[in-house]
Amino acid sequence: MPAKAPALQNSIGHPFTDYPFLDAFDEMFAAPGHPRPHYSRLYTRLLAQSPEELWRSKQQADVSFLNQGITFTVYGREEGTERIFPHDLLPRVISGAEWEIIERGLKQRVHALNLFLCDVYNERRILKDGIIPGELVYTCSQFRRHMRGVKIPRDIYVSICGTDLIRTPDGNFVVLEDNLRVPSGVSYMLTGRKVMKEIFPMLFHECGVRPIEHYGQVLLSTLRSLTPDGRSNPRVVLLTPGIYNSAYFEHAYLARQMGIELVEGRDLLVHDNIVYMRTTSGLQRVDVIYRRVDDDYLDPLTFRHDSALGAAGVLNAYRAGNVVLANAVGTGVADDKALYAYVPAIIRYYLGEDPVLNNVETLLMTREKERKHVCDNIHRYVVKAVGESGGYGMLIGPHSTRDQQEAFRGRILADPRNYIAQPTLALSTAPCFTDTGRIEPRHVDLRPYVLYGADEISVVPGGLTRVALRKGSLVVNSSQGGGSKDTWVLEK
Amino acid sequence: MGPREIDMLSRVADSLYWMSRYLERADHSARVLESNYNSLLNPAKESRESRWNRITQSLGLDSDLSHNDTPWSLLSFIAQPGNRSSILGSIGSARENASQVREQISSEMWERLNRLYHEVNATSARAEFGSEPLRFLSVFREGTYAFHGVTESTITQGEAWHFIQLGRYIERADGICALLDASFSVSDGADDLDWTGLLTSCSALDAFRKVYTTNLVPEHVIEFLLLNAEFPHTVRYSIERVDSALSAIAEVTFSRHAGRITRMIGKLRSSLAYAQIQEIMMRGLHAYLMQIREQCRALHNAVHEVYVDYRTESVLET
Repeated sequence: MPAKAPALQNSIGHPFTDYPFLDAFDEMFAAPGHPRPHYSRLYTRLLAQSPEELWRSKQQADVSFLNQGITFTVYGREEGTERIFPHDLLPRVISGAEWEIIERGLKQRVHALNLFLCDVYNERRILKDGIIPGELVYTCSQFRRHMRGVKIPRDIYVSICGTDLIRTPDGNFVVLEDNLRVPSGVSYMLTGRKVMKEIFPMLFHECGVRPIEHYGQVLLSTLRSLTPDGRSNPRVVLLTPGIYNSAYFEHAYLARQMGIELVEGRDLLVHDNIVYMRTTSGLQRVDVIYRRVDDDYLDPLTFRHDSALGAAGVLNAYRAGNVVLANAVGTGVADDKALYAYVPAIIRYYLGEDPVLNNVETLLMTREKERKHVCDNIHRYVVKAVGESGGYGMLIGPHSTRDQQEAFRGRILADPRNYIAQPTLALSTAPCFTDTGRIEPRHVDLRPYVLYGADEISVVPGGLTRVALRKGSLVVNSSQGGGSKDTWVLEK
Repeated sequence: MGPREIDMLSRVADSLYWMSRYLERADHSARVLESNYNSLLNPAKESRESRWNRITQSLGLDSDLSHNDTPWSLLSFIAQPGNRSSILGSIGSARENASQVREQISSEMWERLNRLYHEVNATSARAEFGSEPLRFLSVFREGTYAFHGVTESTITQGEAWHFIQLGRYIERADGICALLDASFSVSDGADDLDWTGLLTSCSALDAFRKVYTTNLVPEHVIEFLLLNAEFPHTVRYSIERVDSALSAIAEVTFSRHAGRITRMIGKLRSSLAYAQIQEIMMRGLHAYLMQIREQCRALHNAVHEVYVDYRTESVLET
């Protein structure tokens, strides 16, 4: 039942003046002037604030981000390669009831994907039973044949997962993408929260927001639970590509939250299939590696020979069971954009349940009928290259030129396995405080983080709400004008 | 589970050491500039050229600067962001090293250093630099003092702390030696103002006056800056701190190769502890200073070989 909104429709100059409604679900408003119940406190609070006050808060938040060094690196730009992570002042609020569904859906999904990975690298029942075409798996660039028959501790392949959800116009959350390799962004969730608590302490308190600050602890317990048998008091380290990586801030931040060593490839050394790190007291054995380096760069002996980011021999130590990598090698086969279309079937196959969270309708370009339909109607679809991420290699049909459409049509026909198409979705909108000093709707998505340990699966209540800060834009990636919002999951 | 023994990555130790060295270098340059800026403004007996040379030489610059340039141009040269030996360059390097080990230092330290970096780099700071260089230098020095204060009170005084101390004091010892050497090798026509300037470069004027209440005698200045054991900006004090940092590091790492370092620092320490100024002056100040600098360099290399870039075979054979 919508809460009764204060009748301030007519007051001039309040921050929601002319708040436009797009053809999308709005997170805050059920109808003009009627906020949804879980947004009512925020709404009331915002009505009482002048644009100047909001502006001051915004600047205070910016300074806090800069001084904490919460920045990310943009590739391919000479100046200003290090920028503060763009963020919006207003939190995105999710009710307790909605969160319950999201949490249940995510746990179910990651559980099924882990069973799938174990199967696909061992017995391959799902392929033999014809649920998924074997060709789809074997042609996936992320399929790692080195992992065939390798025993993974407790069969946990994906222990850290960041799933992208969007809310469709009917108000339901659906899964847009699974990130099962090295999902990032969680540090922005945690630091954004810290800043918001400084800026809106009372509001935060009144709303009854569920805490997320224990993420580091849960992550550490998750990683420890994967320790190889017989190793008491394991040493867990975080492997980073180094300070020039766009997510380095996050690597350092997480290592610090967990109180573990942040290592680079050059700090590691493999001898007799045991991984050591170089310390001032000599070499020390490493048991669990939370690696934030992609498969390709992990071990120059096995993967890319030109990689200086990994450690030579680490894959053999891993296969010998002397060290654990989280996430496992080869998990990318399960977040391939074409395989994505089969995830509901994967859930039904392994768990015998219907998916709690649905997929976005996805057309595979390997299927002739679907390919023809998309090529004829490309202006209506979003076309994505399966191997790309970060919003690159993507065509948004309705916002594209004829030339771009023609180019993508050519690419699809040349390499159908590499493309999928999805209907253009109106991502839900949430109110944002814009440069103009007004509050306007912008499109958002949601990336919650799932931690899958030997003892439990947990989802910290919250996540990274990414927002397309450019008016009308549907691209939420930080590399392309996206920013973030603090995500408040309420107790009730 | 109880607290675990913490081992420090070799790379981290190296970065902490360099972070601290670069910061000390910038701080030293700022102090030298601040005091010489003052004396360059004054008319003097000695030629402008020799003063000029003294500054560039003591900061280890072989610059293209001509002594006909104004004091301002020297200062702006020192502030060039692209110049590695400039204040901005050193702060940039200190921050780069700190960012490599962000999870090892306290967040307060990182925030302070990061803020200092942004402050001195901000366009406003550069504009201010042109018109009011002394203000810029004092803002900068307050920033480094704040950083040291925060360091003192926000991190565990364990191994990381000792590597930070090591970097800071080895750089300081070397910096003061270079400064003394330059001041006395180009000292023709130097007057009281110059000796005062030298002491001010080491923030030592007040402390000096408390010890030597008489007139300014160059030999006293040298004795103080070289051999005083209690004032923080002297060579002897710095080497004592280097010694305590190194013994603490040897103790926590149980390194089998630390003996070599212990011998080296022991020699250096006693050569300062038992030295007499008359003897030093008789044998030649320049040679004595060169020898200390050489010993610092050798110590630096030994630390690198024992704790940072050791041969793995030597460790695996255990």
